[in-house]
Formats: sequence, C-alpha cells, structure tokens
Amino acid sequence: MSLLEVVDLEAGYGDVLIVRGASIHVEPGEIVTIIGPNGAGKSTLLKAAFGLIDIASGTVRFKEQDVTRMPAHRLVEMGAAFVPQTDNVFPRLSIRENLEMGAFRRKGGTTERIEELLGRFPDLGSRPGEQAGRLSGGQRQTLAMCRALMLDPSLLLVDEPTAALSPAARQDLFRQIQSIRDSGVAILMVEQNAREALEISDRGYVLVNGAVALEDRAEAMLTNEDIGRMFLGRSEVTG
Amino acid sequence: MDFVQLIIIGIVVGSVVGLGAMGLTLTFGILKFANFAHGDMMTLGMFTAFAVLGVVRGPTLEPFSIPAGLILAVLVAGSAVALLAASLDRLIYRRLRRRGSALITMAIASLGIAIMTRAVVQLIWGPLPKRYSGGINPSWSIGELRVKPDQLLIVGLTLVLAVVLYLLLYRTKLGKAMRATADNAQLADVAGIDTERIRQATWAIAGFLIAAAGVMFALQAQLRYDAGFEFLLPMFAAVILGGIGNPWGALAGGLIVGISQETSTYWIPSGFKAGIPFVLLIAMLIARPRGLFGSTF
Repeated sequence: MSLLEVVDLEAGYGDVLIVRGASIHVEPGEIVTIIGPNGAGKSTLLKAAFGLIDIASGTVRFKEQDVTRMPAHRLVEMGAAFVPQTDNVFPRLSIRENLEMGAFRRKGGTTERIEELLGRFPDLGSRPGEQAGRLSGGQRQTLAMCRALMLDPSLLLVDEPTAALSPAARQDLFRQIQSIRDSGVAILMVEQNAREALEISDRGYVLVNGAVALEDRAEAMLTNEDIGRMFLGRSEVTG
Repeated sequence: MDFVQLIIIGIVVGSVVGLGAMGLTLTFGILKFANFAHGDMMTLGMFTAFAVLGVVRGPTLEPFSIPAGLILAVLVAGSAVALLAASLDRLIYRRLRRRGSALITMAIASLGIAIMTRAVVQLIWGPLPKRYSGGINPSWSIGELRVKPDQLLIVGLTLVLAVVLYLLLYRTKLGKAMRATADNAQLADVAGIDTERIRQATWAIAGFLIAAAGVMFALQAQLRYDAGFEFLLPMFAAVILGGIGNPWGALAGGLIVGISQETSTYWIPSGFKAGIPFVLLIAMLIARPRGLFGSTF
C-alpha cells in the first residue's frame, strides 16, 4: 500500500478547476518529482493533497486513511509536512522559534530535535537567535525544511524549493533533499528545474492541464526524448 | 493646573488607554480587522465588575479607595468578557472566515456587536452613571505634586499586565504560536498549529485586558453605558501610533495619547481635549502609517 495515494483528484479555486482528475502515489522512502509546464496545476495538486485548497472530487489517502479535505494541522499530526514555495518561514520569529513552531504538536524532545537539526545545518545553527526575515533565499528554504522536519514526518511535500535560488544554493538544497530522503522520509516535490530534480528522484510525473500525462522512473524520464525537448532544455536526446 | 501635574494625570489616563489598546492591537494583528466592539467590551467589563461588587464588597483596601471585592470583580469581569469574546468569535467571526468574507465585513459585524452590547448594558444597568466607591481617596503630596494611591494602582496594574503579556508572547508556546499566526496564518496551519484555537485564545486575552482596562477606567470616573465607546477612538489612535499588531507600541501609544490629551488643557479649553487623539491619528497616518515602532511584536 502506498504512503500517499491521490485518486482522480479535481481541485481548484472557487468554480475554476485547476487539477482535473490527477492520480499519483508516493511509496515510503522515495523521492517523487512532478514536472510540467507553467499553469499545469502542479502546486495546486500539492496544496489540495495537503488540505489547503478546496477539493471538488476524488480522494486523498495517507497511511491508508482517507484524508480528503482533512485540515492541514491534522495531516501534520499524522506525519505529513508541507514546505510552501514562498512565505515559508515566520519572518518576525527567530530561527529557533521557527523550529519550535514546527514542533508545536510534538509531545517531548523538542530541544533535542532543534539541536540535532541546527547541528545538521550549520548555516542556521551558527545563529539560532537571528530573525528568519533576515535570511537569504537558500537559508530560508533550509529553515522551512527543518521546520517541516521537526515532527519527524514520514512524508514531505515540497513546492518548488529552488525557485529564485542561485545555481550553487540550488545544488546545496538538492543535496539536503537527498539527505532527508536518506533519513527515511518520502518526498513529493514540484520543481521547475526538472533535470536536477529528476537526477535525485526515484520516479516522476508530468502534469499537463491538471492531469497526469506521463508517469515513469526518473531515470527513464531523463532519457525520454519528448520530456527532454519540453522540460529538460535540450533539442536532441543524449542519453 | 501645574504642567507636571497634568503629565501625571496623562500617565494615568494613558495607562488605561494603553491597557485597552494592547488587547485591540492583538486582535488587529492576528485577526487583521478593526474590532469596533472593543470599546463596548470595556463597558461590559466595568459593569460586570460593578455587579460583582454588589454581591461581594469587603472592607476598603487602604490606602486605596477600592473595596477588597474589586480583586475578585476584576477576575470575574475579565473572565466573563474573555469568554464572551471567544464565544462571539466561534458564533460569528469564524463563520465569516470560513465563508471567505472580506475583512470589512468582519469590521461591520463588530460594529453591530458593539451596538448590541451597549444596548444590553443600558437595558440591564440603566442610563444613569454609577460609581464603584463613594469613598474619598486622599492624595499623597510630593512637593507641589499630588498623586492618588488609586492612580498608582492603575499605572502599576497596567505595567504588571504588560509584563505578563510580554512573558506570554515571548516565553510560552501559546504566545509564540500567536506571533506565528500574526506573521503568516496559513503557514501556521501548515506547521500544525490549530490557528482557530489561537484566534480564540487571542480573543480571550484581548477580552481580559479590555475588561481590566474598563475597571481601571471606572476607578477614576463614573461608569456610563457609553464610556467604552467614547474610549474607542483614543485606543485606535494608540494602536496606530504604536504600530498595528505591536502591544508595546500600543502601550507607548496609549501613554502618548493620554499625556497629549491632558497636557493640551494647559493651552486649550478642556472641552477640546477629546479631539487630540483625532489629531494624533491623522498626523500619524499621514507622516508614518506604520506607526512609531513598526507593526511587529
């Protein structure tokens, strides 16, 4: 049984449907990347799965439970976490306070978990009292992911984590995502930098017009001629 | 009257304005709309304490003019208004939020609640002014200056509640979650914070603070059914002066409003002093809309 299973999902804003019958699944411990053209509904699919957007029809199952339309804070309790693309830290709170907020539902061991994450990401660990609003884009993304990891989730949903990051910061972040997966957390990621994202992924989906146009192993997608031409920025297949 | 004496009175008045404004700015910062019912919650608080004093009075607490029962009265009034504010959120504002209502709709709803609350207070306690105590509170003299023990109590209680609020917001999980919700409510949801509970807690804390402000106000003046409504503008002026969502700014703004209002009578007839908060409000909105201290807490 999949960790996350989205079946025939239709979702959007008001009467406007953005996601139209999409079905995806994520297995424990794997990285799955959703790519697609702008406006395909990738972020909307992620947000709908996490209970942040109205679902018109379809089902979302997490850990074999129906969580369709479940409020986000309940999903967090069940072991899912979400990192939004923008506004993903509390800018007026310190780095440490941001992490404490990630642990809002944690019963004990918060201090130990904060110290563990601050030790793992020294960029943050060197200044835990700094206001999050003063961090660079890459540091904010790292903090946002650390915040999401505070409850030891089994699934992390990440919305375009490398948007507006420098190539170096992007590489750092992809390495961090890999290390998070290596610690046993499954990751469902929407990403515009398709090639780099697929290189660290196990599987991928291409979403077009709100529906899944293709599902395959990431390795196969990287060598797919059509995907290469449309999303990986090359005119001929090289692999 | 001596100018320094006017400053002392201004600090006392400003403490009450600041105490009420701290609650108002909390709801403003977290719920993002202007709660026009805040003043009438103040009235309800002062009259609830009056009702408690009718049952439990006790001996006068020298050197103050207040009866011992007022301590219980503040706690009961604070709890009652806190409960009412949280219940109104559940019954009215939460429904509006879930429908995606505009913030102006929330503000207009609060205006309706204000009018209803005032009418209920008038219905229960009547239109005639009332007092907590008929006793005299003799002044202490420091040189030529005179200070009443009751006035020191008002300033002292305001400072104590400001410190308690600071500790709540910066040292407790609830307070940090309130600050997080004020920063970004959707992210707070995503982080696993039950923001609906946080909003209710915010209402309750603001309710307690405004009820305490109402009781402090009534120590210095008569209880009137429209007293809180008249206090609404100075409280809004204090919130804007201090920066929306900033409780310390609201307290400082309250002191500025109180001192400006009272010292203005040194130059202009006292009948015009009620217009001073208007002047400050407009000047601040033109010169520095973010307030003196910015909208952070």
